[in-house]
Amino acid sequence: MSSAAIDKALWYLGRSSGVVSLVLLTLVVALGIATRSGRLLPGLPRFAVSAVHRSASLLAVVFLTLHVVTLTLDPQSQLRWLDAVVPFGSHPKPLWIGLGAASLDLMVALVVTSLLRQRIGHRVWRATHWAAYALWPFAVLHTIGTGTDIHSAWMLGLLAGCTLMVTGLVGWRLSTRFVDEADRTAGTQLPSRETRLLTASKGL
Amino acid sequence: MTILFDEHVQTGAEVAAYGALMGPSPASQRELRAHLVAHGAVPATDAHAVLRLAVDSGLTGHGGAGFPLYRKLEAVIAARGRAIVVANGAEGEPASAKDRWLLARRPHLVLDGLQLVARATNATDAYLYANHRLEVAVLTDLLAERRRSGLDPVSVTVIAAPDAFISGEETAVVSHISGSAALPRFKSARVTERGVRGRPTLVSNVETLALLALIARRGAAWFRSAGTPDAPGTMLLTVGGAVRAPGIVETGHGTPLADVLALADGPSTHLQAVLLGGYHGTWLTAEEFASAKLSRSELAALGASPGAGVVVALGAGTCGLVEMSRVMSYLAEESAGQCGPCLNGLPRIANELKSVAFGDGGGRRAVNEMLRLGGIVVGRGACHHPDGSMRFLRSGLRVFAAEVELHLAGRCSRTSGDVVLPTAVTR
Amino acid sequence: MKTAKSAPRMVVDWTACDGRGLCAELLPELVSRDEWGFPLIPDPTVPAALRDHAERAVAACPRLALRLAST
Repeated sequence: MSSAAIDKALWYLGRSSGVVSLVLLTLVVALGIATRSGRLLPGLPRFAVSAVHRSASLLAVVFLTLHVVTLTLDPQSQLRWLDAVVPFGSHPKPLWIGLGAASLDLMVALVVTSLLRQRIGHRVWRATHWAAYALWPFAVLHTIGTGTDIHSAWMLGLLAGCTLMVTGLVGWRLSTRFVDEADRTAGTQLPSRETRLLTASKGL
Repeated sequence: MTILFDEHVQTGAEVAAYGALMGPSPASQRELRAHLVAHGAVPATDAHAVLRLAVDSGLTGHGGAGFPLYRKLEAVIAARGRAIVVANGAEGEPASAKDRWLLARRPHLVLDGLQLVARATNATDAYLYANHRLEVAVLTDLLAERRRSGLDPVSVTVIAAPDAFISGEETAVVSHISGSAALPRFKSARVTERGVRGRPTLVSNVETLALLALIARRGAAWFRSAGTPDAPGTMLLTVGGAVRAPGIVETGHGTPLADVLALADGPSTHLQAVLLGGYHGTWLTAEEFASAKLSRSELAALGASPGAGVVVALGAGTCGLVEMSRVMSYLAEESAGQCGPCLNGLPRIANELKSVAFGDGGGRRAVNEMLRLGGIVVGRGACHHPDGSMRFLRSGLRVFAAEVELHLAGRCSRTSGDVVLPTAVTR
Repeated sequence: MKTAKSAPRMVVDWTACDGRGLCAELLPELVSRDEWGFPLIPDPTVPAALRDHAERAVAACPRLALRLAST
C-alpha cells in the first residue's frame, strides 16, 4: 500500500473513530443516568445496566485511543502527541483541539477512579465522577469545532440526536420526578425533628 | 407527675457511710476546694498502677453496657498510635439525670478519673463530652482552674453533645469530636483501635471515671467492700414516676430493687409496672420488680438489665400503652435517619402503636404489624437504636398485655391525665 | 494437614446502603430485600461455592455498602 493510501486511511480512520467515540460517549452518559436511577432496562437487571455502562465506557476508551493515535500518526492532521493530552497548545485550532484533549484527560480520570473505586472509597469516586457532565459537552464542542464533516446532513443529524438524548436525560435527572429507588421518604406521618423543634420554639 | 431531678438525691445509710459518689452529703463539690476537702488529692499513680486498680476493683462501665474498664484500657494500650480519652457525659436519655448530676456536683471526680485513664493509656488528648444543658463556659473555667493548680497534666477540651437521644452512642461521640455530626458510624474497627481522627480512643461514661477517681484514693479493696463479688461497688440510679421523692439515688450492686424504690421514699401509689434501664430498657411487672435485685446476671434471666440506671415506676391509673406510644414516637423521631430499616420502620411501628394506644381503630392487625415490622428492623442498622426500641416495645406489650386487650375492646384503664415518661429533658 | 479457614461474612454498612438492590440480584442465595428494598441477609456466612459471587456483589454495590469480613 502506498504511503499516500496509508495516510488517507489514517485520516478516515481518525475521523470515523472520533464520531464513534462521540456516539459511545453519549450512550455511556445515558447508561450512567440509568444506572443512577436504579431502574431496570428491558431485559437488564440493575447490575446489568451498571455493567453495560462500564463496558460501553471501556469501548469508548478504545475508540478514543484509536482516534488519537491515528490522528497523531496522520501527517495531514498536524496533531502532536502532546496536544492530544495537554489542552490548548496546538496549532491550528488550539481551542477546539484543546477541548478534545480535555475530554481525554477527564475520561482517563473517570476510568482510573472507577477501576480503583473500592480502594479510593465512595466519596472520592463520586466527586470525580461528576466530571462526566463536563466531559460530554467538551466532546461535543470539540466535534463541532474540529469536525471536517460538520456540514454534512448525517453529521448534523447525529449531533442533534446525541444532544437531544443527553439534554433530555439530564433534564430528567435534575427534575424532582427523578425519584430513584433510593430516594424513598420514610412515609412517616410524624413531623420531622426540625419541624418539631421549630414549632416548639415558636410556642405552637 | 413529671420527673424532677435537680435537688433530690438520696443514698442509704450504709452507702453514705461507705462514702461513694454521694458520700454523706449530696452538696455540690464543684468548687475545687470543696472537692479537695471532701476527697483529698489523687495519690501519685503511674500508668501500670491505674490499670492494676481497674483490674483489682472489677470496675465496669456505667454507661449501660457494663463492660469491664480494664479490658477497654488494655485494648487502647495495645493499639497503635497516640491515645485519646473521652469522658462521655452526653446522657441523651431523657429519663436519666445521673451524669448531669455528676458533672454539676462532682465534676472534679470525673475529671480526676479522666486524668487517670489518660495516664494509663499514655494519652495526649482528653475530651469532656457534655450534655447540652450543662454550661460549657462553667466547665471550661473549672478546667482552667485545675490546669493552674497542676491537676491536669493532659489538657481537656469541652465539647457540647447535641440535644439528641443517640448523641451518646460511642461512634457518634467519636464522630462529633472528630469534627463531623454526632451520628453513629459504620464500625470497620473498634473505637479502641481507631476512634477520634483514626487514633485509639477510650470512651468512658462519667460515672465510671468518677468511681475510678475514688478507687485511686481508697483502693480496690474498698470498692469491693460494697456490692457483690461479681458486681462490686455502687451505682447511681435515676428514679422517677410514681415515687414519693423522685431523684438520684446511689446504692450497691445486688440491692433488692424494692429497696431502690425505698430510697426514693417508696411508691406514691399502687404500682402496675416499672421501666428499668431507660427507653432501650425493659418493662417489668410490679411483682417481678419487687422480687428482683439490681444484678446484671439475675436481671438477664428476666430479659432485663440495669442499663444506665433508669427506674421509672408506673402507677395504677396511668395507661402503659399511652406512655409507650409517646416514647415510641419520640424514639422514631430520634432515629439518626441514616439506615433504611430504622428510618422507615420505626415511624411505622410508632404509628401502629399510636392507633392502638389512642383507640384510632388499631385493632389486632396493628399489634401484629408492630411485631412484624419489629422483626425487620432489629439488627439492621449502624447502631442499636432499633434493637433497643423494640426491646422497650416488646417487653411493654408483654407487661401491658391486659391493657392491650382492653384497648382492642375499645376501652382504656387510664384515669390520670399526667404524663410520666418524659420525651424532653426536664430541668 | 488442612487448616480450617473461617468462612467470610457478608457485612452491610447500613449508613451507606441505599437499598438499590444489586446485591440481591447478584447473590439471591444469601440476599433478599425487605419491603423498603434494603438487604435481608438471614445468614451472612458465605459458603466457598458462593465466594466469587459474593465478591462480585461487593464490587457491584453502587454505594460500596457491602464488605466481606474475614471472620
